[in-house]
Amino acid sequence: MIYYAVIVAILVTMALALARALIGPTVYDRVLAVNMLGTKTVLLLAVAAFFIGRPDFLDLALTYALINFIGVLAVLEFFRVRAQRSLAEEKEGE
Amino acid sequence: MKKNPAATLRGMLMLLCFLAAAWVLWSGHFDPLLLGLGAFSCLATLVIVWRMGYFNREIFALTISLRLLTYWGWLIKEIVMSSLAVTKVVLNPRLPISARYIELKASAVGPIGQVIFANSITLTPGTLTLDLHQGELKVHALTQEGAEDLMSGEMDRRVASLGDR
Amino acid sequence: MAMVVDVASWVLLTVGGFFVLVGGIGALRMPDLYTRMHAASVTDSLGAMLVLGGLVLQAGITLETVKLAAILIFMLFTSPTAANALASAALLAGINPGLAKPWRQEPRS
Repeated sequence: MIYYAVIVAILVTMALALARALIGPTVYDRVLAVNMLGTKTVLLLAVAAFFIGRPDFLDLALTYALINFIGVLAVLEFFRVRAQRSLAEEKEGE
Repeated sequence: MKKNPAATLRGMLMLLCFLAAAWVLWSGHFDPLLLGLGAFSCLATLVIVWRMGYFNREIFALTISLRLLTYWGWLIKEIVMSSLAVTKVVLNPRLPISARYIELKASAVGPIGQVIFANSITLTPGTLTLDLHQGELKVHALTQEGAEDLMSGEMDRRVASLGDR
Repeated sequence: MAMVVDVASWVLLTVGGFFVLVGGIGALRMPDLYTRMHAASVTDSLGAMLVLGGLVLQAGITLETVKLAAILIFMLFTSPTAANALASAALLAGINPGLAKPWRQEPRS
Protein backbone atom coordinates (compact mmCIF):
# COMPACT_ATOMS: atom_id res chain seq x y z
CA MET A 1 0.00 0.00 0.00
CA ILE A 2 3.00 2.22 0.45
CA TYR A 3 3.73 1.90 -3.28
CA TYR A 4 0.52 3.33 -4.74
CA ALA A 5 1.50 7.02 -4.59
CA VAL A 6 4.88 6.53 -6.23
CA ILE A 7 3.49 4.22 -8.93
CA VAL A 8 0.81 6.77 -9.86
CA ALA A 9 3.42 9.58 -9.88
CA ILE A 10 5.73 7.61 -12.19
CA LEU A 11 2.89 6.65 -14.54
CA VAL A 12 1.65 10.25 -14.78
CA THR A 13 5.21 11.43 -15.46
CA MET A 14 5.54 8.84 -18.22
CA ALA A 15 2.33 10.17 -19.77
CA LEU A 16 3.67 13.75 -19.57
CA ALA A 17 6.96 12.69 -21.16
CA LEU A 18 5.03 10.91 -23.92
CA ALA A 19 3.06 14.11 -24.51
CA ARG A 20 6.34 16.04 -24.85
CA ALA A 21 7.64 13.39 -27.26
CA LEU A 22 4.53 13.86 -29.42
CA ILE A 23 4.57 17.68 -29.31
CA GLY A 24 8.27 17.98 -30.12
CA PRO A 25 8.96 20.48 -31.68
CA THR A 26 12.56 19.54 -32.48
CA VAL A 27 13.94 16.04 -32.69
CA TYR A 28 16.11 16.76 -29.62
CA ASP A 29 13.01 17.46 -27.51
CA ARG A 30 11.73 14.07 -28.56
CA VAL A 31 15.01 12.35 -27.67
CA LEU A 32 14.94 14.08 -24.26
CA ALA A 33 11.38 12.90 -23.67
CA VAL A 34 12.15 9.33 -24.74
CA ASN A 35 15.23 9.26 -22.48
CA MET A 36 13.03 10.46 -19.62
CA LEU A 37 10.47 7.77 -20.42
CA GLY A 38 13.27 5.20 -20.29
CA THR A 39 14.62 6.27 -16.89
CA LYS A 40 11.07 6.31 -15.52
CA THR A 41 10.61 2.76 -16.84
CA VAL A 42 13.69 1.72 -14.84
CA LEU A 43 12.22 3.26 -11.67
CA LEU A 44 8.82 1.68 -12.36
CA LEU A 45 10.38 -1.76 -12.84
CA ALA A 46 12.32 -1.37 -9.58
CA VAL A 47 9.16 -0.39 -7.67
CA ALA A 48 7.19 -3.18 -9.37
CA ALA A 49 9.76 -5.72 -8.18
CA PHE A 50 8.73 -4.92 -4.61
CA PHE A 51 5.07 -4.24 -5.35
CA ILE A 52 4.35 -7.68 -6.80
CA GLY A 53 7.10 -9.36 -4.77
CA ARG A 54 9.29 -10.56 -7.63
CA PRO A 55 12.89 -9.48 -6.99
CA ASP A 56 14.01 -10.73 -10.42
CA PHE A 57 12.40 -7.59 -11.86
CA LEU A 58 15.45 -5.71 -10.54
CA ASP A 59 17.59 -7.50 -13.13
CA LEU A 60 15.18 -6.30 -15.80
CA ALA A 61 15.46 -2.76 -14.43
CA LEU A 62 19.24 -2.76 -14.67
CA THR A 63 19.20 -4.29 -18.16
CA TYR A 64 16.70 -1.67 -19.24
CA ALA A 65 18.90 1.10 -17.84
CA LEU A 66 21.84 -0.21 -19.88
CA ILE A 67 19.82 -0.55 -23.10
CA ASN A 68 18.20 2.87 -22.65
CA PHE A 69 21.57 4.61 -22.20
CA ILE A 70 23.20 2.91 -25.19
CA GLY A 71 20.07 3.50 -27.30
CA VAL A 72 19.94 7.24 -26.56
CA LEU A 73 23.65 7.62 -27.35
CA ALA A 74 23.23 5.71 -30.61
CA VAL A 75 20.27 7.86 -31.72
CA LEU A 76 22.15 11.07 -30.84
CA GLU A 77 25.24 9.90 -32.74
CA PHE A 78 23.04 9.23 -35.77
CA PHE A 79 21.53 12.73 -35.69
CA ARG A 80 24.92 14.32 -34.99
CA VAL A 81 26.45 12.69 -38.07
CA ARG A 82 23.45 13.75 -40.14
CA ALA A 83 23.70 17.37 -38.92
CA GLN A 84 27.42 17.42 -39.72
CA ARG A 85 26.83 16.03 -43.20
CA SER A 86 24.13 18.57 -44.02
CA LEU A 87 26.41 21.37 -42.76
CA ALA A 88 29.18 20.13 -45.05
CA GLU A 89 26.78 19.93 -48.01
CA GLU A 90 25.59 23.49 -47.39
CA LYS A 91 29.18 24.69 -47.52
CA GLU A 92 29.78 22.83 -50.77
CA GLY A 93 26.66 24.32 -52.32
CA GLU A 94 27.79 27.90 -51.76
CA MET B 1 52.61 6.84 -22.02
CA LYS B 2 53.35 3.11 -22.09
CA LYS B 3 52.98 1.40 -18.75
CA ASN B 4 55.30 -1.32 -17.50
CA PRO B 5 53.97 -4.91 -17.76
CA ALA B 6 53.63 -5.36 -13.99
CA ALA B 7 51.22 -2.43 -13.70
CA THR B 8 49.24 -3.70 -16.70
CA LEU B 9 48.96 -7.13 -15.08
CA ARG B 10 47.80 -5.57 -11.81
CA GLY B 11 45.15 -3.55 -13.62
CA MET B 12 43.94 -6.66 -15.44
CA LEU B 13 43.72 -8.66 -12.21
CA MET B 14 41.78 -5.87 -10.47
CA LEU B 15 39.32 -5.66 -13.35
CA LEU B 16 38.97 -9.46 -13.41
CA CYS B 17 38.19 -9.59 -9.67
CA PHE B 18 35.66 -6.79 -10.09
CA LEU B 19 33.93 -8.51 -13.02
CA ALA B 20 33.87 -11.89 -11.24
CA ALA B 21 32.36 -10.32 -8.12
CA ALA B 22 29.73 -8.56 -10.24
CA TRP B 23 28.82 -11.82 -11.99
CA VAL B 24 28.50 -13.85 -8.77
CA LEU B 25 26.48 -11.11 -7.02
CA TRP B 26 24.16 -10.86 -9.98
CA SER B 27 23.51 -14.49 -10.81
CA GLY B 28 23.43 -16.03 -7.32
CA HIS B 29 23.69 -19.51 -8.90
CA PHE B 30 26.67 -21.77 -8.39
CA ASP B 31 26.17 -24.69 -10.81
CA PRO B 32 29.10 -25.42 -13.13
CA LEU B 33 27.34 -24.30 -16.30
CA LEU B 34 26.58 -20.77 -15.05
CA LEU B 35 29.99 -20.37 -13.40
CA GLY B 36 31.62 -21.48 -16.66
CA LEU B 37 29.57 -18.96 -18.65
CA GLY B 38 30.56 -16.30 -16.12
CA ALA B 39 34.26 -17.12 -16.45
CA PHE B 40 33.93 -16.98 -20.23
CA SER B 41 32.14 -13.59 -20.10
CA CYS B 42 34.76 -12.11 -17.74
CA LEU B 43 37.65 -13.25 -19.93
CA ALA B 44 35.92 -12.06 -23.12
CA THR B 45 35.34 -8.64 -21.53
CA LEU B 46 38.98 -8.50 -20.51
CA VAL B 47 40.14 -9.26 -24.06
CA ILE B 48 37.80 -6.64 -25.59
CA VAL B 49 38.86 -4.00 -23.07
CA TRP B 50 42.52 -4.84 -23.69
CA ARG B 51 42.05 -4.48 -27.44
CA MET B 52 40.42 -1.07 -26.83
CA GLY B 53 43.69 0.05 -25.23
CA TYR B 54 42.28 0.48 -21.75
CA PHE B 55 45.50 -0.68 -20.09
CA ASN B 56 47.81 1.51 -22.16
CA ARG B 57 46.78 4.69 -20.42
CA GLU B 58 48.09 6.04 -17.17
CA ILE B 59 44.64 6.70 -15.77
CA PHE B 60 42.74 4.02 -13.96
CA ALA B 61 39.17 5.14 -13.54
CA LEU B 62 38.10 2.76 -10.79
CA THR B 63 39.66 4.41 -7.77
CA ILE B 64 37.62 5.25 -4.72
CA SER B 65 39.15 7.28 -1.95
CA LEU B 66 37.82 8.79 1.26
CA ARG B 67 38.06 12.25 -0.31
CA LEU B 68 35.87 11.15 -3.21
CA LEU B 69 33.24 9.85 -0.75
CA THR B 70 33.16 13.17 1.13
CA TYR B 71 32.82 14.91 -2.22
CA TRP B 72 29.84 12.68 -3.08
CA GLY B 73 28.23 13.60 0.25
CA TRP B 74 28.65 17.30 -0.48
CA LEU B 75 27.33 16.75 -4.04
CA ILE B 76 24.18 15.04 -2.74
CA LYS B 77 23.52 18.04 -0.49
CA GLU B 78 23.96 20.36 -3.50
CA ILE B 79 21.61 18.18 -5.60
CA VAL B 80 18.89 18.43 -2.92
CA MET B 81 19.26 22.22 -2.61
CA SER B 82 19.21 22.90 -6.34
CA SER B 83 16.37 20.43 -6.93
CA LEU B 84 14.27 22.42 -4.48
CA ALA B 85 15.16 25.64 -6.33
CA VAL B 86 14.18 24.16 -9.72
CA THR B 87 10.98 22.72 -8.21
CA LYS B 88 10.00 26.21 -7.04
CA VAL B 89 10.52 27.58 -10.55
CA VAL B 90 8.56 24.75 -12.22
CA LEU B 91 5.58 24.96 -9.88
CA ASN B 92 5.41 28.77 -9.92
CA PRO B 93 2.50 29.79 -12.21
CA ARG B 94 4.55 32.67 -13.67
CA LEU B 95 7.51 30.37 -14.49
CA PRO B 96 10.26 32.83 -13.39
CA ILE B 97 13.14 31.71 -15.62
CA SER B 98 16.21 33.91 -15.91
CA ALA B 99 18.41 31.69 -18.06
CA ARG B 100 22.13 32.45 -18.18
CA TYR B 101 24.94 31.19 -20.36
CA ILE B 102 28.31 31.04 -18.64
CA GLU B 103 31.83 30.22 -19.77
CA LEU B 104 34.03 28.77 -17.04
CA LYS B 105 37.54 27.44 -16.72
CA ALA B 106 38.08 24.30 -14.63
CA SER B 107 40.87 24.43 -12.08
CA ALA B 108 41.29 20.64 -12.19
CA VAL B 109 44.15 19.82 -14.56
CA GLY B 110 43.63 16.09 -15.24
CA PRO B 111 41.01 14.77 -17.67
CA ILE B 112 39.20 12.79 -14.95
CA GLY B 113 38.94 15.84 -12.68
CA GLN B 114 37.53 17.92 -15.53
CA VAL B 115 34.98 15.24 -16.40
CA ILE B 116 33.97 14.95 -12.73
CA PHE B 117 33.48 18.73 -12.67
CA ALA B 118 31.43 18.80 -15.89
CA ASN B 119 29.27 15.86 -14.83
CA SER B 120 28.71 17.31 -11.35
CA ILE B 121 27.47 20.53 -12.94
CA THR B 122 25.05 18.56 -15.12
CA LEU B 123 23.95 16.31 -12.26
CA THR B 124 22.86 19.25 -10.09
CA PRO B 125 19.53 20.39 -11.54
CA GLY B 126 19.45 23.97 -12.74
CA THR B 127 22.91 23.93 -14.32
CA LEU B 128 23.85 22.04 -17.47
CA THR B 129 27.23 21.59 -19.15
CA LEU B 130 26.85 22.22 -22.87
CA ASP B 131 30.45 21.69 -23.88
CA LEU B 132 33.80 20.76 -22.34
CA HIS B 133 36.92 21.42 -24.37
CA GLN B 134 40.42 21.49 -22.85
CA GLY B 135 39.23 22.66 -19.46
CA GLU B 136 36.90 25.35 -20.86
CA LEU B 137 33.26 24.73 -20.03
CA LYS B 138 30.13 26.24 -21.54
CA VAL B 139 27.33 26.08 -18.97
CA HIS B 140 23.62 26.84 -19.24
CA ALA B 141 21.93 27.88 -15.99
CA LEU B 142 18.18 28.04 -15.40
CA THR B 143 18.25 30.97 -12.98
CA GLN B 144 20.54 33.85 -12.13
CA GLU B 145 20.98 32.43 -8.60
CA GLY B 146 22.15 29.10 -9.99
CA ALA B 147 24.65 30.87 -12.23
CA GLU B 148 25.99 32.96 -9.36
CA ASP B 149 26.26 29.88 -7.17
CA LEU B 150 28.41 28.20 -9.79
CA MET B 151 30.52 31.33 -10.37
CA SER B 152 31.40 31.42 -6.68
CA GLY B 153 33.65 28.49 -7.59
CA GLU B 154 33.12 26.26 -4.57
CA MET B 155 32.45 23.14 -6.66
CA ASP B 156 35.49 23.93 -8.81
CA ARG B 157 37.71 24.17 -5.69
CA ARG B 158 36.36 20.91 -4.27
CA VAL B 159 36.89 19.02 -7.53
CA ALA B 160 40.42 20.45 -7.91
CA SER B 161 41.30 19.23 -4.39
CA LEU B 162 40.37 15.65 -5.36
CA GLY B 163 43.76 15.21 -7.03
CA ASP B 164 45.50 15.98 -10.28
CA ARG B 165 44.49 12.96 -12.36
CA MET C 1 10.67 -1.27 14.51
CA ALA C 2 9.32 -2.63 11.22
CA MET C 3 6.64 0.05 11.47
CA VAL C 4 9.22 2.86 11.66
CA VAL C 5 11.09 1.49 8.63
CA ASP C 6 7.82 1.23 6.69
CA VAL C 7 6.89 4.83 7.47
CA ALA C 8 10.36 6.12 6.54
CA SER C 9 10.24 4.12 3.32
CA TRP C 10 6.76 5.45 2.51
CA VAL C 11 7.97 9.03 3.06
CA LEU C 12 11.01 8.53 0.80
CA LEU C 13 8.95 6.87 -1.94
CA THR C 14 6.23 9.51 -1.87
CA VAL C 15 8.60 12.48 -1.81
CA GLY C 16 10.58 10.80 -4.60
CA GLY C 17 7.37 10.38 -6.57
CA PHE C 18 6.66 14.09 -6.05
CA PHE C 19 10.04 15.09 -7.52
CA VAL C 20 9.59 12.67 -10.43
CA LEU C 21 6.25 14.32 -11.13
CA VAL C 22 7.77 17.82 -10.88
CA GLY C 23 10.28 16.86 -13.56
CA GLY C 24 7.48 15.61 -15.80
CA ILE C 25 5.47 18.81 -15.35
CA GLY C 26 8.59 20.88 -16.00
CA ALA C 27 9.42 18.98 -19.17
CA LEU C 28 5.98 19.89 -20.46
CA ARG C 29 5.81 23.51 -19.22
CA MET C 30 9.30 24.85 -19.93
CA PRO C 31 9.69 27.05 -23.01
CA ASP C 32 12.76 25.62 -24.77
CA LEU C 33 14.97 22.54 -25.01
CA TYR C 34 17.67 23.55 -22.55
CA THR C 35 15.27 24.59 -19.79
CA ARG C 36 13.37 21.33 -20.32
CA MET C 37 16.62 19.47 -19.73
CA HIS C 38 16.97 21.20 -16.33
CA ALA C 39 13.53 19.90 -15.36
CA ALA C 40 14.33 16.39 -16.61
CA SER C 41 17.47 16.31 -14.47
CA VAL C 42 15.34 16.75 -11.32
CA THR C 43 13.66 13.41 -11.98
CA ASP C 44 16.89 11.71 -12.96
CA SER C 45 18.94 12.73 -9.94
CA LEU C 46 16.86 13.52 -6.84
CA GLY C 47 13.78 11.53 -7.89
CA ALA C 48 15.78 8.37 -8.61
CA MET C 49 17.82 8.77 -5.41
CA LEU C 50 14.72 9.05 -3.19
CA VAL C 51 12.68 6.29 -4.86
CA LEU C 52 15.55 3.78 -4.89
CA GLY C 53 16.49 4.84 -1.34
CA GLY C 54 12.94 4.06 -0.20
CA LEU C 55 13.16 0.64 -1.84
CA VAL C 56 16.51 -0.03 -0.10
CA LEU C 57 14.76 0.48 3.26
CA GLN C 58 12.20 -2.16 2.21
CA ALA C 59 14.88 -4.61 1.08
CA GLY C 60 17.09 -4.45 4.17
CA ILE C 61 20.57 -5.98 3.99
CA THR C 62 20.06 -8.43 1.12
CA LEU C 63 21.21 -9.03 -2.42
CA GLU C 64 18.39 -6.74 -3.56
CA THR C 65 20.08 -3.78 -1.87
CA VAL C 66 23.25 -4.42 -3.85
CA LYS C 67 21.24 -4.47 -7.07
CA LEU C 68 19.35 -1.29 -6.17
CA ALA C 69 22.63 0.46 -5.35
CA ALA C 70 24.06 -0.67 -8.69
CA ILE C 71 21.01 0.69 -10.54
CA LEU C 72 21.29 4.02 -8.69
CA ILE C 73 25.03 4.41 -9.29
CA PHE C 74 24.60 3.49 -12.94
CA MET C 75 21.83 6.07 -13.36
CA LEU C 76 23.86 8.78 -11.63
CA PHE C 77 26.83 8.10 -13.90
CA THR C 78 24.93 7.84 -17.17
CA SER C 79 22.33 10.61 -16.92
CA PRO C 80 24.89 13.48 -17.11
CA THR C 81 26.63 11.70 -19.98
CA ALA C 82 23.37 11.36 -21.91
CA ALA C 83 22.45 14.99 -21.10
CA ASN C 84 25.84 16.18 -22.31
CA ALA C 85 25.55 14.17 -25.56
CA LEU C 86 22.08 15.63 -26.10
CA ALA C 87 23.18 19.21 -25.39
CA SER C 88 26.23 19.07 -27.63
CA ALA C 89 24.26 17.43 -30.46
CA ALA C 90 21.60 20.14 -30.18
CA LEU C 91 24.25 22.90 -30.13
CA LEU C 92 25.88 21.45 -33.24
CA ALA C 93 22.51 21.33 -34.99
CA GLY C 94 22.20 25.07 -34.41
CA ILE C 95 19.58 25.16 -31.65
CA ASN C 96 20.95 28.11 -29.71
CA PRO C 97 20.19 28.67 -26.03
CA GLY C 98 18.47 31.93 -26.93
CA LEU C 99 20.85 34.08 -24.92
CA ALA C 100 22.78 36.82 -26.62
CA LYS C 101 25.84 37.50 -24.53
CA PRO C 102 27.79 34.90 -22.59
CA TRP C 103 28.87 35.67 -19.08
CA ARG C 104 32.61 35.49 -18.79
CA GLN C 105 34.08 34.22 -15.56
CA GLU C 106 35.97 36.85 -13.61
CA PRO C 107 39.63 35.91 -13.26
CA ARG C 108 40.10 34.61 -9.74
CA SER C 109 43.05 35.68 -7.68
